[in-house]
Amino acid sequence: MTAAPRVALFATCFNDTMWPDTPRATVSLLERLGVTVEFPMAQTCCGQMFTNTGYVDEAVPLVRAFVDVFGSYDAVVAPSGSCTGSVREQHQWIAERSGDSGLAREVEQLTPRVHELSEYLVDVLGVVDVGAYFPHRVTYHPTCHSLRMLRVGDRPQQLLRAVRGIDLVELPSATECCGFGGTFAMKNADISVAMGSDKARHIRETGAEVVVAGDNSCLAHIGGLLDRQRAGVRSLHLAQILASTEEDPA
Amino acid sequence: MKKAARSTAPERNPVGITTPTYLGMPKFPKLAAPELRNPVLRHNLQMATHTIRDKRAQVVGEVDDWEALRVDGARSKDAALNNLDEHLEELERNLQKAGATVHWARDAEEACSIVVELVQESLGAPAKYSEERSGGETSWGGGEVVKVKSMATQEIELNEALEAAGISAWETDLAELIVQLGHDRPSHILVPAIHRNRSQIREIFDREMGKVGRPAPDGMTDEPAQLAEAARQHLREKFLRARVAISGANFAVADTGTLVVLESEGNGRMCLTLPETLISVVGIEKVVPTWDDLGTFMQLLPRSSTGERMNPYTTMWTGATPDDGPQDVHVVLLDNGRTRVLEDELGRQALRCIRCSACLNVCPVYERAGGHAYGSVYPGPIGAVLTPQLRGTASPIDESLPYASSLCGACFDACPVRIDIPRMLVELRSQVVDQHRGGVPSAEAAGMRAASWVFGNHKRLEGVQAGAAAASRLFGKRTSISQLPWPASAWTQARNAPTPPKESFRSWWRRTHEEPRS
Repeated sequence: MTAAPRVALFATCFNDTMWPDTPRATVSLLERLGVTVEFPMAQTCCGQMFTNTGYVDEAVPLVRAFVDVFGSYDAVVAPSGSCTGSVREQHQWIAERSGDSGLAREVEQLTPRVHELSEYLVDVLGVVDVGAYFPHRVTYHPTCHSLRMLRVGDRPQQLLRAVRGIDLVELPSATECCGFGGTFAMKNADISVAMGSDKARHIRETGAEVVVAGDNSCLAHIGGLLDRQRAGVRSLHLAQILASTEEDPA
Repeated sequence: MKKAARSTAPERNPVGITTPTYLGMPKFPKLAAPELRNPVLRHNLQMATHTIRDKRAQVVGEVDDWEALRVDGARSKDAALNNLDEHLEELERNLQKAGATVHWARDAEEACSIVVELVQESLGAPAKYSEERSGGETSWGGGEVVKVKSMATQEIELNEALEAAGISAWETDLAELIVQLGHDRPSHILVPAIHRNRSQIREIFDREMGKVGRPAPDGMTDEPAQLAEAARQHLREKFLRARVAISGANFAVADTGTLVVLESEGNGRMCLTLPETLISVVGIEKVVPTWDDLGTFMQLLPRSSTGERMNPYTTMWTGATPDDGPQDVHVVLLDNGRTRVLEDELGRQALRCIRCSACLNVCPVYERAGGHAYGSVYPGPIGAVLTPQLRGTASPIDESLPYASSLCGACFDACPVRIDIPRMLVELRSQVVDQHRGGVPSAEAAGMRAASWVFGNHKRLEGVQAGAAAASRLFGKRTSISQLPWPASAWTQARNAPTPPKESFRSWWRRTHEEPRS
């Protein structure tokens, strides 16, 4: 008999601080699936906001800290496509750019063990039906970094389709960016809102009660627009729907 | 010596006087604002980009292994770029062998003066360009050239230079003609008048054609066939009259000395075959090593640009052919910042670009901002990486371009030569930030430094989270905020913001998973 899988949860700073329900749901989902979850307290941030705004020097200490905190784990799981993308696709470059070849080597060894939640469930645990129950009309927005950086493909939809009671409806123009884009949402606010408004319109067209995605950053933007429009559509992270049960609904 | 240009002296080119240069333009978000507020423009752009996008997806889907073709295209461009000097010399030798004259231009000014002098010589003008420019009066009546659509000549603002020397440059590509007659600027690489719809085009033709040649027919409607016919009639007299043509090239094959132009309307074929003199301005990155490499690009380019399996007209010429076509053939090889781009190992990828526009057509930012907001002849994602590399990031518009993207990655997926535009944008952002280091930090820079300090240690982050939890009590049961002070007001102009939670995740974890349970 093999030992229970053990993972380190990388909650991400944004979830930890602003959307604690998502990492909490990730913990309860993974524990329900028999995974031992650890949360290394020293973790903070992957540095994506700094990197993508051009403050790469400011991201270097965060890459260092990430390696120090998570380096000893066999698997790291994050409920965020874009933060996982930042770790897997940018940390190496940041380390090399800083001239620290030791750090670059450590990053290279660690990053293949860092998984986005849907990747971990489908590829590592090999489960699609996670025993969730969510009797609502739901539409899924694939976030850009999960789709085009991590290439998670239809893993999230596979997981959602297996949820009991769910009415999963297709989102028109689903693969188009919602317009969040990190500091883009502030620096080019007009265009960001124009993109988000089209996304919100497509979501409303589906008649869904809930829009689900794998990134709370994008959902804060989409949900912020829907909320302003009093659209009556909730935004929920994928982890929360997958953690939802009859006894403990999301 | 006096020599009248023509008995049918051409009218003045309308463009040179009115086309503004790009210097000193405001930042991207400011330029995009009026475009965003224009519902006609938004509609035109959305319709057009989505139509081409869908056509492209269909014909790309037909290819068995599109990915392998992309890899091939990238590889053969890289092979050319990594030994560019050798391939350029080989190209020069083979062009000369075939009877063409090769000129080298370091920058836009050099290229323009070479072309203007060549045109003046061909048309028998009395004065050299340099004398014209120094203000010397000339009794020359002026001349004209016909032009094949060319990004390189737009980049160097050749039409304006020709205009200053008394030479009218007639754009013969339909969309370029619309832009030129409309005293407008191109807004798309492949479809420069993409921001215009057919009723606007009808109005431009009706008003402007008569001022510079054959007028549009009476009673012309906005039916595409009627508009195309008006353009055909208008251009025909210019094709038949012109003695000099100016073109660019899509590809320059080093091992044969062949230039290649792909087009859809046949106007290029007219320009490349009828006049006595043909002058082609070719960016040095257009070189492909061998004739075999061309095969890859002939599959990649039409599918990526117009969404066609094959473009209607492909013209290839190797120097001058006795008694057939232009006898006086010139090629101006243009650097204009390209060798600087070449020095950057990552940035070099941008020189693979074959100007197909696939990245523009899939870009959600381009679709909403329009091409003019990019302040350059190269709009869209490729412009956002190419322009700051060619021109540097000293001006407000150039340093704002790398930020004109949500980093969604659609451009990379569409690019037929695998230019990693999102990655390059981030790299360019770091260059913009780094060039401002050392002085008084901006509010943003100070904020980033402070945030980096907070995230540098989890105890500091926990301090911030404790503050947020305390603040959450001020909001009571409210879960969202609709108004925040500057700079967060940029967020709340159209989006509610979440109120902070009562308890951070790590506090919950500590409470439920770490403290001893009784």
